[in-house]
Amino acid sequence: MPEIRVTPLGAGQDVGRSCILVSIGGKNIMLDCGMHMGYNDDRRFPDFSYITQNGRLTEFLDCVIISHFHLDHCGALPYMSEMVGYDGPIYMTHPTKAICPILLEDFRKITVDKKGETNFFTSQMIKDCMKKVVPLNLHQTVQVDEELEIKAYYAGHVLGAAMVQIKVGSESVVYTGDYNMTPDRHLGAAWIDKCRPDLLISESTYATTIRDSKRCRERDFLKKVHETVERGGKVLIPVFALGRAQELCILLETFWERMNLKAPIYFSTGLTEKANHYYKLFITWTNQKIRKTFVQRNMFEFKHIKAFDRSYADNPGPMVVFATPGMLHAGQSLLIFKKWAGNEKNMVIMPGYCVQGTVGHKILNGQKKLEMEGRATLDVKLQVEYMSFSAHADAKGIMQLIRMAEPRNMLLVHGEAKKMEFLKDKIEQEFSISCYMPANGETTSIVTNPSVPVDISLNLLKREMALGGPLPDAKRPRTMHGTLIMKDDSLRLVSPEQALKELGLSEHQLRFTCRVLLHDPHSDTDTLGRIYTHLKSCTISKQRQGPAEGKLRQGELKGN
Amino acid sequence: MKLYCLSGHPTLPCNVLKFKSTTIMLDCGLDTTAALYFLPLPLVHSPRLSKLPGWVSKDGAINLEKELKECSGRVFVDSQPEFCLPEKELLDLSTIDVILISNYHCMMALPYITEHTGFTGAVYATEPTLQIGRLLMEELVTFMERVPKAQAATCWKNKEIQRLLPGPLKDAVDVWSWRKCYSVQEVNSALSKVQLVGYSQKVELFGAVQVTPLSSGYSLGSSNWIIQSHYEKVSYVSGSSLLTTHPQPMEQSSLKNSDVLILTGLTQIPTANPDGMLGEFCSNLAMTIRAGGNVLVPCYSSGVIYDLLECLYQFMDSANLGSTPFYFISPVANSSLEFSQIFAEWLCQNKQSKVYLPEPPFPHAELIQTNKLKHYPSIHGDFSSEFRQPCVVFTGHPSLRFGDVVHFMELWGKSSLNTIIFTEPDFSYLDALAPYQPLAMKCVYCPIDTRLNFHQVSKLLKDIQPLHVVCPEPYTQPPPAQPHRSDLMLELQPPPMAYRRCSVLGLPFRRRYERIHLLPELARSLVPSEIKAGVSVATVSAVLQSKDNKHVLQPAPKPTPVPPSKKRKRVTEEPPESLNPKPLLSGAVPLEPFLAMLHKNGITEVKVEETADGHILHLQTEDVLIQLEEDATHIICDNNEPLRTALRDLVLRFLQKL
Repeated sequence: MPEIRVTPLGAGQDVGRSCILVSIGGKNIMLDCGMHMGYNDDRRFPDFSYITQNGRLTEFLDCVIISHFHLDHCGALPYMSEMVGYDGPIYMTHPTKAICPILLEDFRKITVDKKGETNFFTSQMIKDCMKKVVPLNLHQTVQVDEELEIKAYYAGHVLGAAMVQIKVGSESVVYTGDYNMTPDRHLGAAWIDKCRPDLLISESTYATTIRDSKRCRERDFLKKVHETVERGGKVLIPVFALGRAQELCILLETFWERMNLKAPIYFSTGLTEKANHYYKLFITWTNQKIRKTFVQRNMFEFKHIKAFDRSYADNPGPMVVFATPGMLHAGQSLLIFKKWAGNEKNMVIMPGYCVQGTVGHKILNGQKKLEMEGRATLDVKLQVEYMSFSAHADAKGIMQLIRMAEPRNMLLVHGEAKKMEFLKDKIEQEFSISCYMPANGETTSIVTNPSVPVDISLNLLKREMALGGPLPDAKRPRTMHGTLIMKDDSLRLVSPEQALKELGLSEHQLRFTCRVLLHDPHSDTDTLGRIYTHLKSCTISKQRQGPAEGKLRQGELKGN
Repeated sequence: MKLYCLSGHPTLPCNVLKFKSTTIMLDCGLDTTAALYFLPLPLVHSPRLSKLPGWVSKDGAINLEKELKECSGRVFVDSQPEFCLPEKELLDLSTIDVILISNYHCMMALPYITEHTGFTGAVYATEPTLQIGRLLMEELVTFMERVPKAQAATCWKNKEIQRLLPGPLKDAVDVWSWRKCYSVQEVNSALSKVQLVGYSQKVELFGAVQVTPLSSGYSLGSSNWIIQSHYEKVSYVSGSSLLTTHPQPMEQSSLKNSDVLILTGLTQIPTANPDGMLGEFCSNLAMTIRAGGNVLVPCYSSGVIYDLLECLYQFMDSANLGSTPFYFISPVANSSLEFSQIFAEWLCQNKQSKVYLPEPPFPHAELIQTNKLKHYPSIHGDFSSEFRQPCVVFTGHPSLRFGDVVHFMELWGKSSLNTIIFTEPDFSYLDALAPYQPLAMKCVYCPIDTRLNFHQVSKLLKDIQPLHVVCPEPYTQPPPAQPHRSDLMLELQPPPMAYRRCSVLGLPFRRRYERIHLLPELARSLVPSEIKAGVSVATVSAVLQSKDNKHVLQPAPKPTPVPPSKKRKRVTEEPPESLNPKPLLSGAVPLEPFLAMLHKNGITEVKVEETADGHILHLQTEDVLIQLEEDATHIICDNNEPLRTALRDLVLRFLQKL
């Protein structure tokens, strides 16, 4: 029986270091190759020794596909391709290809230069790795080899995020990456056609959440920022340089304009300008409204938002600062956080999900004392707010996607086990399809039942369709008969007559003759006529009974 | 399978392909050359044009001085310019299922096709094609609506009158089918029917046909199309280029194995080399500027202009003309320049990689930033106060009949210091200039047409080997002006099928197979038997389900157990619906084994008689005759049904059933 096997090396009942192996129709595909923000040791990267114990992965993988540029989806890529060794194709969309190396370089700098780690990938490795990347366009069908084809769909989430369909013959898998089913201020909603995959692998970050309307959340966010600024406090918004940051910038920019506010807004890294430039050049990946108006007014040119300098953190008075990274696990956002944490007038707004082990996760769980490096502890007095702005689909969105794609099986990754469990039950109930949620290293096999494609002779098909009309009649199924010729690699279904002809065989006639004696008072011609009509009416059904009983010759009745 | 040819213009094609159950329109180009018969539409009142004498026939019998004006010995229609549409009478346009667009120049007739015709289908185009096509349509509409003409001339179209007009008006064909420009509403409505596609995207049409756009290398988002089923493949090649300009290179290998290749949109100037023309363009431009004159470049607002700007960007500094301003004047100038920068995915590798830096892919961004290139929506407004001479002006329309270019012709035409450089190949420059004669300004003709030339196309066809080629008639003979140049035509074996306007071609296709799917349960139940080495045969009896042009065979349902009832006996007597029909038999009944078999079944007294074709067996006890021949068996058996059945089964053991 053909089957599809799925093994998560990361993101199995967990968020972080997404890396899922899929075997379909004899092809092996790696979906995403991310790092885990919560760990600083070996567990940071997926365990590639699962694929092979000794050496390079090239011969074990047909291709690698990266869904979007977040590090938990691409952070292990240079490690995998350059240090473990993989020379095959790596697919990602254009914006991902553009932005991914910048974030990788950023990540490398923090790890190597700041934390002083060795045995990490180098800048050159990032460059070499990116040379193996083949860009993907939306909806383009890319033929990886003769049998394996992949196709990207728009996923929302961040600029350039894609869902991918992987197809071998009639078997197919869809991997969503991270996606968002509601359009936001700068991106559109994920979309997929009714492709009925054998398996849909979906993220489930917000498996149990049904978020209130976006407008309410936005209002809440603006209110909190506004209040803090009014009372002279400072607002820290830890973000990733690309993605949520742009959405919140657009939001604050328009609010500042409308309310005529004067408090400065800063964006921390030098990335901003560059990041916004990417958004301008890849405007076709943003939402409809921005795309429509970009010639008149480019939404990514901000008037109120200025570049941040480290010295500004100590300035008196209110301010709003966007700082990277988003989970407060390192870098500038953590630095500023340490400075502002002691003042209850200040506020930190976490606009996205935080992985276990990060400072962000700890303070969101209400921890008031943080152990910092060395022996110092940090008292958290500032207000901590959580605003779910991260663009993941919520439970409603996930169900919506299932309705869109109509998969035959479902597999959840990129979420917490407990929440997955809940969603799994819900999916199985509502759609009566099997739903799986393997842990890391655990393999799920899904038996597929592909139909067999056959070439049918047009004559036979047309004859059959003409008999029964084009529409199938469920009440009276009719059987069609043909001969399947299997030759070399071809399967052809033809009418028995044609099969005989093609195979060079001649038909064998089988005939029977019987004499039947009748006693009838009517005249000969009259009797003959009656028998003739009677026979005519039943010949059709008689002949169906098989060769032996058919073939009555009307002519031979004469004289009997 | 048929091809209806609604346009005879080789580079502005409009064909309709009927393939399986679908009706597919391939492009809908608008022939704007008809505008050349009309007087230019000036933006500002032109005393010269308004003073042109009206036309009266020599004998004075026909007076059309209101409609026709004479200029330097030629007669022009004084009315809003009209265009020649694709043929609308050849087939019912409401039956068209989809329209495939190959590039933005080949979609300009779209509103005429999709509006007011009952068209209910979809239009497929790439995103750049849609966006730039929209710009070009909006520009056309603005050009027309900016200077409304009170009257519409129609009297001259009267057959009796047209016959008496001087050439070339006399020879204009189909003048009654010419139409005025569409409106913005019609453009919006037509473009709302467009569905976006990406290169190599497989689009299913009704489950019957799959269409796929492929990069054609000619312009941003330009595509060739593959139209195929599982067994037949038609390639539609339109406006393709192998030169390295800004668009993504042409995808060639996917065109292989075509049954039919429809070839349109070759270069209109086969004798001019685009690179040479570009050099000439630059040197003429430099010469004029150095002498203190202005340069006018009538052009479309998208396409070659990007390459011209890039070329000038490098050239001007090296020629020490760095301070000369460039003006790009068009209602869509800004949009065109902005849009060109956001389609990185559709650009050539080298431009694509710029976006990763991130830098704008085209250098005209830098020209704008450094104020070397300025763009204006029209000559009115800021332009009039800001413009400095000598300068280079890029503006439309290349026909010189409408748009801001008309103003510059009036302004600069009288001075021999100025130069007009024609780069667009769509219009004859002499015809374009006719209503401005006499003209002192220098004219340079540097047509830049990057589409395939005959040499490239014959090499391409050799590589991809289509079984049949269909092309417009002009490609099958040398150009009329150069009748000896047999290298400027298509010479193929078998010769290409030529079409002209209103042709209906039957394409040489015989469809013999269709794809069907056996459900796995059915496939498992089949019992193949090997007939010859490597050839196996299985009899299939199954239920056919056809839905959305997809065919599936499922196992025949098990005969439902008949509920016990009084009729039971009768029911069993009747053959059930699902019983097999008479299978075909093949093979021969060998004599000796058959006799042995009879013997085994208790029939021992058999008299064998040899005949010309085989044997006659006389079963003496039973008084039954069996004729055995190579291809036939005849059993004569009276009034003994059990015996007949037994004999039948014995015979059948030796035969193969199909």
